[in-house]
Formats: sequence, structure tokens, C-alpha cells
Amino acid sequence: MTSTSRLIPTGSQTVGPYFHIGLDALAQCAHQDMAGETVRIHGRVLDGNGSAVPDAMLEFWCSTPANDDAGRHCEFPIGFRRVATEVDGSFSVEMTKARAVPLDDGRMQAPHFLVLIFMRGLLRHLITRVYFAGEAGNVADPVLETIPIERRVTLIAQQKSDTAQTFEWNVVLQGAEETVFFAW
Amino acid sequence: MSEQGTVRIAPQGTQPEFHYPPYVSSIARSPRMPLALLAETMTERTGPVFGHRLIRPQDHDLTAQHEGDPLGERIYVHGRVLDEDGRPVCGALVEVWQANAAGRYRHKVDNHNAPLDPNFSGAGRILTDEKGYYIFKTIKPGAYPWGNHYNAWRPAHIHFSIFGAGILSRLVTQMYFPGDPLQPLDPIFNSIPDKAARNRLVSRLDMERSEPGTALAFKWDIVLRGHGDTPFEESSR
Repeated sequence: MTSTSRLIPTGSQTVGPYFHIGLDALAQCAHQDMAGETVRIHGRVLDGNGSAVPDAMLEFWCSTPANDDAGRHCEFPIGFRRVATEVDGSFSVEMTKARAVPLDDGRMQAPHFLVLIFMRGLLRHLITRVYFAGEAGNVADPVLETIPIERRVTLIAQQKSDTAQTFEWNVVLQGAEETVFFAW
Repeated sequence: MSEQGTVRIAPQGTQPEFHYPPYVSSIARSPRMPLALLAETMTERTGPVFGHRLIRPQDHDLTAQHEGDPLGERIYVHGRVLDEDGRPVCGALVEVWQANAAGRYRHKVDNHNAPLDPNFSGAGRILTDEKGYYIFKTIKPGAYPWGNHYNAWRPAHIHFSIFGAGILSRLVTQMYFPGDPLQPLDPIFNSIPDKAARNRLVSRLDMERSEPGTALAFKWDIVLRGHGDTPFEESSR
């Protein structure tokens, strides 16, 4: 299908330091989940000086199966979470682990969440993905394989040895360890 | 990834750069390595859908959330949420937050020496109707000083957060008011290079929708990325 864009999308502006006023209510709504294994992802958001970012907001999204009509009619969307960082730059989110989803050509993507990152200082949000260490599908994941091998690790949450379902993943905004972010 | 399309890049100049030194906070918080192209897969084509029961009846009337009336100039802010084809996006979640009439946010890190208003929280939310329409009743926010540079003042604005059809349509932005002389001095407003794109963040006075003797109205339409012809469903495009 050819698509002629007639309107230019509205410009982005920073979420600023006071987003809790407007955006906490939704984050505190009762969550619903699809069936499956629950994972906890925790980590920190760090700026270019290595300092903690205490005023970031992260949104996690994974596509629920297209035929999961039950999911589409829930009040709080399945596969979505919003979480803010604490004063030490840390965040923690618990949700049903994303499942493998196909590409248009049938190749499979390893389980992953799309992550949107907002904060004072970011005039437009960042987009990244988080995968899970130990997934066999990571090796052949069609998105991961487009990333230079030395930077792929920034997209993979590492398993903590003590708890199988707990993963650690840090977001580094700038510098040698900078997380891979995607253009939009 | 030969057959897999990638996420489109916004038309040049219509979105801010990540690294924009006049906005000092962007310096340490902006990525410097090249951004990667992202395949547009089912993950990117789908997005969260929010149910009506998440919204309470008073959520879109910021003047009626407390026992008394808030101080300040009562206004309506309304408009439509559209996709790039100009079609309405229905069921879009619109969340807003703002300072009170004195330019003070109800937030622990706002230490501006201006009074809080016990009758104003400054937060609202609504889902757009089948025509993509939203409306808020609120108080015109005041300008306020901030620490970006000497004698820096933010022009009056309302923060908007919107979810359209698909996660890539996600938008967080700020709506401004017409004729505000602080806009050309504001690095956040000026971070959008294209002048026309920048000025589309400014609402217009709408006397037709105003309520004589009660409230002026400001109209502001929002355009989200994407073509929402099959809203909230996976598209085969």
C-alpha cells in the first residue's frame, strides 16, 4: 500500500521533572497479565557522568498474541508497564515474560520488550529493547544481529544466579557503555 | 533483514535533537553513539489499549477535583488527535499535567516560591471519542522560573502524554498558549528546528468553544505518527 503523509507528526518535548503529577495514577492502576512466567527486571539509569538519574520514566511493551482478544479488552493493557526511577536511579518492573514473536518473513525474534525512556533532559524519548540472557533465540535474533557484536550486550538483561526469574539491566545514556538506542 | 521494513525517521527538523546544549540538562543525558535502525515488527506495530474504566468522570475537569474552586483563569483546552492521514484516532489515552495559576507544580521537587493552591492538583486524563476529540477544563498555568540559565522562565504550558494506535505513535510533548512573549526565549520550545513545526505546539484562541461569562477556550490538534486506519490492531502494512 502506498501511503502519502499529509500531516507532520506533532513535535516532542521533554517530560520534565514533574511528570509524577500526571503519570503516576496510571502506573498505580491494577495490572493484568497474560499467562506465563513472571520476570522481574531491575537496574539503574545512568547519565554521561555516571550519575544516577532519579527522575526517569520507563515504559515496557511486548506484543500480546494477535488472537488474544481477552487481552485487548482488559482495562489495563496486557503487556504494558510504566515505572519511574527512585532517587538512586534504580527501577524494578515485574511482568509476564515476553514471548517470541515472528517477523513478517516468518523468522522468529527472541523474547524481548520494547522500552521507551523519558526524563528531564530528553527532548524526545529514547527507544530501546531488552532481551533475556540465556535465550537460545538471541543468537539468531534478526534485530540483535544488526547491532555490532560488542554493543549487543547492552540490550540483554543478565540473569542473577540467586533467582532464576530476576534479571538485571542498566540503561546507560552516554559514554563507552552507552545502551543501544533506536532511531525514530 | 532484506524484507523487513524499518521504523521511519521523522521528517528533518520537525523533532528536537537529543543533544541540544542550550537546554543544559540534555548535555549529559543524550546519547552520542549513532542510533540504530529498528525493524518494524509486530512489537513495534502493536501497542497498549486502555479501557474506559481507568478514567473517572472528573478526570478531565481539573477545576472540579477538590471542594473549592481553584484560583486563576478558567479555560477549556480541546482538540482532536489525528494520524498522519488526518484521520481521527479514537480511544487514544491523553494524560495532562501542569503548574497552577501561580506557576507552581504540586510536586516535592518544585521549590519555586509561589503558592500552592489547595483546590488544584494539576493532573487530568481522558480517552478520545470516536471523532478523536478530547477536552479538558482547567486553569491557565502561570509562567515560572527555572535554573537553565540566568533569569530563565518557562512560557506557560501544559504537559501532554498520548498513546495512539501502536507504540510508535507514543508522544510526550507540551502545549503552549498564543502570544506568549517567553516562547522565543525558551530553549525547550526552540529545540524544534523547523519554525512551522515549533509553532504547531501553540494552541489557538477559540472563541466559538468559549463559554461566555465563564471560560475562554484554546484549541490544539495533535498529530501522531503512523497511519491508524486499523487502530490498535496489528496492521499487515
